[in-house]
Amino acid sequence: MLKQIEGSRGVAEAVALCRPEVICAYPISPQTHIVEALSTLVKSGELAPCEFVNVESEFAAMSVAIGASAAGARSYTATASQGLLYMAEPLYNASGLGLPIVMTVANRAIGAPINIWNDHSDSMSQRDSGWIQLYAETNQEALDLHIQAFRIAEELSLPVMVCMDGFVLTHAVERVDVPSAELVDAFLPPYEPRQVLDPDEPVSIGAMVGPDAFTEVRYLAHDKQMQALELIPAVATDFAAAFGRDSGGLVRPYRCEDAETVVVALGSVLGTIKDTVDELRDEGVKIGALGLTSFRPFPLDAVRTALGHARRVVVLERALAVGIGGIVSANVRMALSGIQLRGYTVIAGLGGRAITKTSLRGMLTEALADRLEPLTFLDLNRDLVDRELRRTRTTRRSGPAAENLLRDLGHARIG
Amino acid sequence: MFQVRVHGRGGQGVVTTAELLSVAAFSEGRHAQAFPTFGSERTGAPVVGFCRIDDKPIRTHEPVACPDAVIIQDATLLHQVDVFDGLAADGYLLINTSRSLGDLGLDSFVGRFDRVMTVPASELAMKHLRRPLPGAVLLAACAALTGQIRLASVVAAIEGRFSGQVAAGNIAAADAAYEMVRSQMKEPARAEAD
Repeated sequence: MLKQIEGSRGVAEAVALCRPEVICAYPISPQTHIVEALSTLVKSGELAPCEFVNVESEFAAMSVAIGASAAGARSYTATASQGLLYMAEPLYNASGLGLPIVMTVANRAIGAPINIWNDHSDSMSQRDSGWIQLYAETNQEALDLHIQAFRIAEELSLPVMVCMDGFVLTHAVERVDVPSAELVDAFLPPYEPRQVLDPDEPVSIGAMVGPDAFTEVRYLAHDKQMQALELIPAVATDFAAAFGRDSGGLVRPYRCEDAETVVVALGSVLGTIKDTVDELRDEGVKIGALGLTSFRPFPLDAVRTALGHARRVVVLERALAVGIGGIVSANVRMALSGIQLRGYTVIAGLGGRAITKTSLRGMLTEALADRLEPLTFLDLNRDLVDRELRRTRTTRRSGPAAENLLRDLGHARIG
Repeated sequence: MFQVRVHGRGGQGVVTTAELLSVAAFSEGRHAQAFPTFGSERTGAPVVGFCRIDDKPIRTHEPVACPDAVIIQDATLLHQVDVFDGLAADGYLLINTSRSLGDLGLDSFVGRFDRVMTVPASELAMKHLRRPLPGAVLLAACAALTGQIRLASVVAAIEGRFSGQVAAGNIAAADAAYEMVRSQMKEPARAEAD
C-alpha cells in the first residue's frame, strides 16, 4: 500500500511485518522514532506476539537481543552513534555466536565534538564486527532491506545491520510502498534457528575456544560472509519477483556502461549524485555512479566488474579514517588491485553538512580535469581551519579547538 | 519540481506544515518529499521545513536552496533570518501577519498580488481552533495562491492527521483562509484598501 510517511515509520511498519518476537529499545536520536512506532504497534496488539523490552542502555539492548535470539526468538533492535559504540562488545558477541539479530543503524556522527547529525562514522567504526552491513539509498529501500535482512540473517545465522542515513532518511516524509502481511509472510518464513537454547535438548552456546580452534571459528565467520556474497543477490532477486521492485543486492551501477568516470558512494547521497550524473551526461560527460548496498561483505568482484573499465574513480564517503583518509576508498582500491586508474577520495557530509548538487558538480569538474586532490574534504572552510592552525602555532594555551572554531564563526552561545 | 521552504519557530508546527503539504500532494498522485532542518529544536528557536513536489520520483535529499515558494509562519523572523535566500524573482511568498507589507518593511513586494500574500493565519487559527497554530491556514492559502495543491487535498491531509474538534477547527480555518486569499487575488485593490 502506498503511503506518504516518515522513513522511521516506514521502517517500523516493515519490521512489524517481519513479526519480531523480541524488540529491545533504548532511545537515541535519530533512531528513536522507529522503536517508538514499534512500541505503539506492540501496545495496541497489532504486533503480537512480541515482547517489547525497554532496557537501560545500548549494551543491555544488544545483550537482551543476544539472549532472545539464542532462545530462538526473532530479535530486533535499533541504535545510532555513541549507542552503537556502547554496544560494541556485545556486537562482536552477536556475530561471533552467529545469532541472526537484525538492527537498524540510523547513521549519525560520533563525538567529540558532540553532534547529532548524519554521517557514517558510527556504522563504519563497526565494519569489522562480523555483522553484515547493508546501506539504504532511499526510504523504500530501507523498508525493503529490513525484510530481506531477516531472511539473510536467519539463512546464514549471522546478524545484519541495516544502515540508513539519520535524519536525511529517518525524518524525511516520502512515498513508500508498504507491502501486505501476506506477501511478507510468503517471503519470510518463521524463524527456524540453527542453534537454540532449549531445556528439552540442552546445549551451551558461547564456549571458550583456545588456540587449537579459534582461527577455524574465525575462518568460518569469514566463510559465512563469503556465502552472503551469493545469498544477498539471490534474496534481492527473490524479493524483486515477489514484490515487483529492485531493492538490495550487492552493488547498484547507474549509467556505468561506457563511463570513464564513476562516483562510488553509499546511502542517501546517491540520489543527489544520480541527479548530478544526469546533468553531466546531458553535457556529454561519460560519467556514472556506483552505489554500494553491501559494505560487509565487501563485494570485491562486483566492484571490480563495475569499475574495471573506468579511467577515474571518485569515492565519496561520509566518514573519515583520521590519519589516512578514506575507509570505503581503501576497500575499493583493493577491488581494483592491479588496475591503473586515477582514484580520488572525497570526504563529504560529515556531522550533517548537506551534500549539494552544486558542490558535487564543482568537485566533479575538478576531478574530470584531474585537478582534484587525492584526498579532498568537500566544502571545507579553509579559512576557519587556518585560523585555528595559526592559533595553535602562536599560542601555547590555544584552548579547545571546537569552541575556538564556533567563536570564529560568531556563535555567541559559546565562550 | 516545485520547492517550498517553511520558516517558523519551534512549537508552531513547521515540520507538520511541510509534512501535510507533502501528504496533500501525495493524495493527488504526485511525488512529494518533506523534511525539517534537523537540530536540537527548542520552543521559539527558528525552524525550517522543506517540501518538494514533482511528477516523477524525487531523488535528491539536499536542503531546498532555491525555493519556488516561501511560507513564513512567524513574521518576527523577517529581519532575523534570511527567509528570502534563493527565492526566485517570480517566487511565491506567503506571510502570516495581520500587518501590511509596507508595515513589515517589505515595500518591494507591494502590489504583486499574484505572488505575494499576507494572511492573518494566527488570528484565523485562534478564531477557529482557539490555538495560534497557523499551519493549516497557510497550507490552504498556499493552495489558493500557487495552485500546486487543491483545498480538498489539504482538508484530507488534515483529516488524516487530526481528529475531532482539532480537525474540524483546522478545516474551518483552512476554508476561511482559502476564500480570503482567493478574493484578495481577484480584488487586489480592495484588499489593499482593507
